Amino acid sequence: MAEEKKYTTVSIPKPLYDKIKARIEGTGFTSVSDYVTYVLREVLASLEEEEKEEVFTEEEEEKVKERLRALGYLD
Amino acid sequence: MVSKPHGGKLVRRIVADRTRERILSEQKEYPRVDIDHGRAIDLENIAHGVYSPLKGFLTSDDFGSVLDHMRLSDDTPWTIPIVLDINERNFDEGDAVLLYHDGLPIARMHVEEIYTYDKREFSTKVFKTDDPAHPGVARVMGMGDYLVGGEIELLNELPNPFAKYTLRPVETRVLFKERGWRTIVAFQTRNAPHVGHEYVQKAALTFVDGLFINPVLGKKKKGDYKDEVIIKAYEALFKHYYPKNAATLATVRYEMRYAGPREAIHHAIMRKNFGATHFIVGRDHAGVGDYYGPYEAWEMFDNFPDLGITPMFIREAFYCRKCGGMVNAKICPHGEEFHVHISGTKLRKMIMAGEQPPEYMMRPEVFEVIRSFENPFVE
Repeated sequence: MAEEKKYTTVSIPKPLYDKIKARIEGTGFTSVSDYVTYVLREVLASLEEEEKEEVFTEEEEEKVKERLRALGYLD
Repeated sequence: MVSKPHGGKLVRRIVADRTRERILSEQKEYPRVDIDHGRAIDLENIAHGVYSPLKGFLTSDDFGSVLDHMRLSDDTPWTIPIVLDINERNFDEGDAVLLYHDGLPIARMHVEEIYTYDKREFSTKVFKTDDPAHPGVARVMGMGDYLVGGEIELLNELPNPFAKYTLRPVETRVLFKERGWRTIVAFQTRNAPHVGHEYVQKAALTFVDGLFINPVLGKKKKGDYKDEVIIKAYEALFKHYYPKNAATLATVRYEMRYAGPREAIHHAIMRKNFGATHFIVGRDHAGVGDYYGPYEAWEMFDNFPDLGITPMFIREAFYCRKCGGMVNAKICPHGEEFHVHISGTKLRKMIMAGEQPPEYMMRPEVFEVIRSFENPFVE
């Protein structure tokens, strides 16, 4: 079984910390760390989405298209 | 643009022909591990990238992280443990073994780790219960005492009576691109379609380029529709009621876990790997009995801002006599006395009695197809 998830410390300016603390009051976030983790995951995921898409080789793609035509998925 | 594969790269773990021949010619030299149908299907899904970024069965780090945090140890969202269990250790860590199903060698596995686990903890964390009446819990309790983690390579495809309807993520991605779909909504189902399903699917399709109906084939409960019935019923629906270039149907083999909210996330990840950008999450998605709240699966998505596929929460549809059509609770102002809810159980009873359901419940063409089967339900 894995150990408890490891955490590390990141410093943010105190006024920003206070702003976040005020903002998360009454929301589902239980701590500033939770909120910061959520936002960072969201930001990183959207950056990754913008990265170039994986492309198949032409040969590979043609082979797939042949099967799709044979099965009636493509004309 | 279709969704990026989960974890960034579509996994394909299929050995090249020459290597395959060599491995098979040496098969007696490998320790043999026999696996059941459910694990064989998991293996197939790993090999074809349905479970990207997994390259094999979970090692203990990932397993523990999935149980405790619903993420792999590298922080990628992952909610259902994909594990291989054994009872006897006839091999060691570092060995390569061959995995067999029904006498057929289907994969080579590089054993990275053999570890023990707590079945009760597995159950309570994944299913939120350790009640043995829950089918997922019952399966976990019947599993072997050890888990084996490590990467796999597919040697042989499992026999598939529905190969014609089975598309892999690499194929759906090309298909969506060829059709010019940039946004695709996926619908997961285990049922023959009634009008309520059609309403939900078409409501979602209104907002995207394409609809991807992806029925799950595999082990079923008594009384469920048989796989071939689901496929034929959808074909009839497509032929008569769906725009040809805006919807497509392909099946996937998968063993339901009935893990409710956690499994809804898993279903969304699978469809992301097929290239879908959106995923329809229904009422009590992947639930069983009353173990989960009707909209608990919707709330679960709040935990994953980095999922990479957009859930579409569409309320249950029903027929309103006053509106004169299919509606949902959000758009219909009329009282319950005007509403007719479409119950799967009621439909089944009508079908078994040879009674045609009203058109607002089931399309006549769909009913005709179902009726053409001597027994459309699993016995």
